[in-house]
Order: sequence, then C-alpha cells, then structure tokens
Amino acid sequence: MNGPLFDIAVAVARIAVFFAFCFGLVVVMTWVERKGAAYIQDRRGPNRADIFGIRAWGLFHPLADALKFLFKEDFIPDNAHRLFYQMAPMFSLAPAILAIAVIPFGPDVTVMGRRIALQIADLNVGILYLFAVSGMTVYGVVLAGWASGSKYPLLGGLRSSAQMLSYEVSMGLSLIGIFMVFESVRMSQIVAGQGGLLFGVLPKWGVFVQPLGFILFLVAQYAEANRTPFDLPEGESELVAGYHTEYASFKFSMFMMAEYLHMVVGAAVVATLFFGGWQFPYLRDAGFLFPGGSAVAVPPALVLLLRIGAFVAKVLFFAWLYVWVRWTVPRFRYDQVMRLGWKVMLPLSLLNIFATGLILLLLKK
Amino acid sequence: METVLFILFGAIAVCGAVMVVTRKSPMASALYLILTLFAVAALFVLRQAHFLAAVQVIVYAGAVVVLFVFVIMLINVPEDRLPVERATTTRVLGVIAAGIFILESAVLARRFWMPKGPAAEVGTVETVGRALFTDYLLAFEITSVLLLAAVIGAIALAKRKT
Amino acid sequence: MTIGVKKVARPREMSFPESLYLVEIVKGLGVTMGHLLSNIVRQEGIKTIEYPEVRREMPPRFRGRHRLMKRENGSPRCVACFCCATACPAKCITIVAGESPDPGVEKYPVRFDIDMLRCVFCGMCVEACPCDAIRMDTGWFTPPDDTREKLIFTIDTLLEK
Repeated sequence: MNGPLFDIAVAVARIAVFFAFCFGLVVVMTWVERKGAAYIQDRRGPNRADIFGIRAWGLFHPLADALKFLFKEDFIPDNAHRLFYQMAPMFSLAPAILAIAVIPFGPDVTVMGRRIALQIADLNVGILYLFAVSGMTVYGVVLAGWASGSKYPLLGGLRSSAQMLSYEVSMGLSLIGIFMVFESVRMSQIVAGQGGLLFGVLPKWGVFVQPLGFILFLVAQYAEANRTPFDLPEGESELVAGYHTEYASFKFSMFMMAEYLHMVVGAAVVATLFFGGWQFPYLRDAGFLFPGGSAVAVPPALVLLLRIGAFVAKVLFFAWLYVWVRWTVPRFRYDQVMRLGWKVMLPLSLLNIFATGLILLLLKK
Repeated sequence: METVLFILFGAIAVCGAVMVVTRKSPMASALYLILTLFAVAALFVLRQAHFLAAVQVIVYAGAVVVLFVFVIMLINVPEDRLPVERATTTRVLGVIAAGIFILESAVLARRFWMPKGPAAEVGTVETVGRALFTDYLLAFEITSVLLLAAVIGAIALAKRKT
Repeated sequence: MTIGVKKVARPREMSFPESLYLVEIVKGLGVTMGHLLSNIVRQEGIKTIEYPEVRREMPPRFRGRHRLMKRENGSPRCVACFCCATACPAKCITIVAGESPDPGVEKYPVRFDIDMLRCVFCGMCVEACPCDAIRMDTGWFTPPDDTREKLIFTIDTLLEK
C-alpha cells in the first residue's frame, strides 16, 4: 500500500475502533447502571428482555430500549422553539464524541515499517482541546432548557450553566499541576511520562504525584458531567427531569447517550491523566522490571495487549465508579454545590498549583 | 487544499458575524457567535496556532458566550416583545464603518496575502507562554490587576444593600 | 396544663475527618459495594417477587376480584334480589333478573355484570348479599386488559372462579 492511502486507512481504522469501543461501552453502561443500581438497592434489575428465550441477565435491555426510542412519537411541544429545540440534543452529543479524539488508548505500534500512534489525533494542545470541547456541552443543556418553552427545563438549564461554569474553573486549575509535573499538555507525552517509577517503588502515575489534583479533578468532572451528587439540572424531586423534561423518543435517547458518553470519556481522561493511561505497572517495552531488580521477559505482542488491556480496565473501573457513586451519595443542595465549587475547590486547586510549583522548584535546585 | 479550507472557514466566519448582528432573536445571535468563534478557531488551526484556537474556544465559546446565553435565559423576553430598533443614523454610520473596514482589509490583504509554507511557531503553548512571561510581562500583570479590580467591583455591586 | 416540651437531640458537630466528606463517601461506597456483592453471590437474598411467575400471598381478608357462588347443582346461588346493586356505591353492578326454571327458586340472574373499571373494591355487595352468593375472596386483583369491554365481567367469568 502506498503512502497517503495507508495514512487514510490508518486514520479510519483508529477512529472506527475507538468509536466502536466508546459507543459499545455506552450501551453496556446503560445496562450496568440499571443492574448495578438494582443490586446495590437489593433489587433484581432488568432481566426480562429476551431473544429466543435467552435472557442473559437482562443484557438485551439496552437493545430493547434503543428500539423503543426509535419507534416512539417524535413530539415537539407547542411552546418550544422548533429549531433550537431540535438542535439541543445534537449540541449535547457532539462534544462528547469530539472529546474521544485526543485520548491515547495504547502505545505506538509498528505496522508495515511505520510507527502508528494508537490515538485518533495527537494534538500538541491535547488537554486544552479537551477543555474546549467539553466547554461546549453546556450549550446542549442550556439550549434544551431554554428552547423547551417550559418552566422546569428552564430552571434546569439555568442551574446547569451556572454549575458547569463554576466547576470548569477548578477543573482546569486542578490539571495545571499535572502539566507542571509532566511538562506537557500533549496527551501522549503525559502518558509516556507516567511510565517511570516514583521513589523506585510506586509507578509514577498522576494520582501519586498529584493526589489533591486527582480528587479535585474527579469531583469537578462529576459536576461537569451532571452526575450525582451534582445532578441538580435534572433533579427529579424538584424539576421533574430538568432540562430534558420535554424531550421524547430519539432526542431523549441522544441526551442519554451524551450523558453516558461523557461518563466513558471522563473515565478515559481520568485514567489517562492520573492512572497512567495504557501504562501497565512495572511493564517496560521488553518485559516486567520489578522494583526488587527481578525481570521477566515478555514478547512484544503480549506487551501491547497488556497495555491496551490495562487502559480498558482502567476505563471500565472509572466508568463503574460513576455508577457506584451515583447510587451511594445523595444529591447536593444547590447552594452547597456553589459553595463547594467556589469556596473549597477553587482555593484548593490554587493551593495545589502553588504547592506543586514550590516542590518542583525545590527539587530542581 | 489549505486555501480551500481557508476560504471556507473565512466565509463561515464572515457570514456568521453578519448573522450575529442581523438576527432578531438574541439566542440565535449567540449561537451564530459561537459559529463565528469556531470558524476563527479553525483559521488559527490552519495557521498551526493550535493553542490560540483552543484558548479561543475555551474562553470565548466556552465561557463568554455561555454567560451571554445565561443572561438571555434569565431575562427571557418573548420574541414578539423584543424592542424594535429604529436607529437609522447608527445604521448609516455602521455601513460607512464597514465600508472603511473592507477597504482597509483589502489594502492589508495586498501586503499580507496568505503566507506560503508552514507558519512560524507562534501559536503553541511554549511560545505564547514565553512571550507572556518575558516580553509582555508588564502588560500581563496589569491585565491581571485590572481583572482583579473588576472582580472586586462586581462583588461590591452585588453586596450593596439597596 | 403546661405544654410538654420534648428535647430533640440536635445532630452533633461533625469531626474534622467527617467534615472533609471524602472519608465518609468512601465508607458509603464500601456499604453499597457490600450490598452489590452479596446480592450477586446470593441471588435468593433479594426480596423482589417476580410478579407474573410468582404471586404475593394475599392476607385472608383481602378484598380482591369478585366471584359468584354456585349451588350444589351448579346453578348460581344468586337470586337476583338486587341487594348488591343497591348497596354498591359505584353503581357498577348490572343485574337482569329472569324466572328460574327451578321451582324452588323464584328468580335467577340472566345477566350479572360487574364493571371492574368502576368497582372500588369496598365490599358492600358482599355485606349486602342475603344468600352469600357473591364473595371477594379470590385473593387477586383485576388483571389488566386492553379494552374497556373486556373489563366488564359477565356472569360466566364471575362464576368461573
């Protein structure tokens, strides 16, 4: 195969694989959410949908849900602004899809004498791109709230825009520490920087060098994704369903997809920035190298598999964490959310930057 | 290829900007503003200034316009009760200003028409950061003081008991 | 008489690790994970009654859907006295009386319809019946159906149970 054709094939393959992975995970996550919630609450959860009598622990429920969404009436309320009402779900889903692009899901591989990064686009602004894109999600919620022409969505949209703006600040600031430690905003370099060891024992993962940054980022991410305990924009006890009250059928399912895709992408980002991305602890290119000095040789193909497997495992864990936290922690009150965002998270993230800078300066001397 | 994209995004940016000022509904204006900002960001990307593009989107589309939208939502004037503007003088002046601007840009374009080859590394994280903290340090610090003053002013206004 | 004052314990001040909130969240996560794992391992511990297959045992005095009793020879015990229809606050019982072929019995119901959509399950009809011909001891609800007509139970349906 010649040059440009090969490049295009590689690009398409990367997009297809990662896209399929993320959307597959979205489908699975809807099931995990329902089943996990049920088991946590001593219920059985979905177990009815069957294909030829095979029930498979309710695994076909996402399929049934999708079919149901497709065949429901696509209804536009009288008071809604027709165009914006229809645009809102797209505004909600598109940023989540865009964010997939910069996440490295494996190390560079050599195929037919070429080095290929297992990442859709290795931008030199990496995380900034991620911020830029995730900043757009707020429009989906706000537009949905405004264009529905109804009170509950409007309140939900208002809450969400204030909340997202507040937490975006501390989310960005909590990552500055990571940039400072790994001296890059490029995702691939941050992951590569996490391959070393800290004090000769711990893997040099972001969570070990930036523990406070990790907690702040995780909390801010939950707030950005509008997940419990920050799901006030759709707090059903007060706002029916918040910004997507007036939505039905496929548009509603787009909001749902956006939410779960945010979870998956968020999990991937946390895994990449704070848990070494595709780095497998103590695994080097040639094989395992344990702190004691003992080494185990591993064939390159297995190394690649282990690394991609490590990334998938980390993503799965953090995606599950979203669900786990949702069914554990009750929702905050709105003033509590704002207080946490501005009076706790913001000073702490500034403190984190200051402390990181100080330590780096002392280490350099 | 690059020229085609440049013309495409440039056209989107200009059309979006025109729509921002001509739309009646404020929400539509805000959305066209986002479109324009994105198109300008795309132009930055075409000149290899990824950092500028990202910051443009983060700051303007991600924060400033959200604030606009927030205000539009809070005020929430129905479309049939929007004030009708009859400022003919302003319009005439606007057209004249636009004419002068187009002339100016035509003159400028003759001199700086589409530099060939890859652009110099001006819009990356490193170069922008270095420039901010060395050559433009004073301006940078003064801006931060200005912003601080604005924050304090906003708090003072919000806390005023009237 | 003085008003009794009851002292209610105020929630105590949170200690520092509690006010950090994170430790408590982790504890909470432990609790939920415990439930999750124990429910996966011991499925029989889950209290859910899987409805269509398994039915809840109703208490003996539960007023469920009606049934009409029969005599030993199989004819309905009802003598079409209209007591139940009169007592019914929802006016959901329609009776058409006919001359009974049995010489010992005066009348029998040609039609005996209960509109289950109107019935409020108060049990007045059972109280009113002088012959113990109608009972509500089936121990079950009105099953759902897809047309209104199907939910007007006729004498045949009511005699079945």
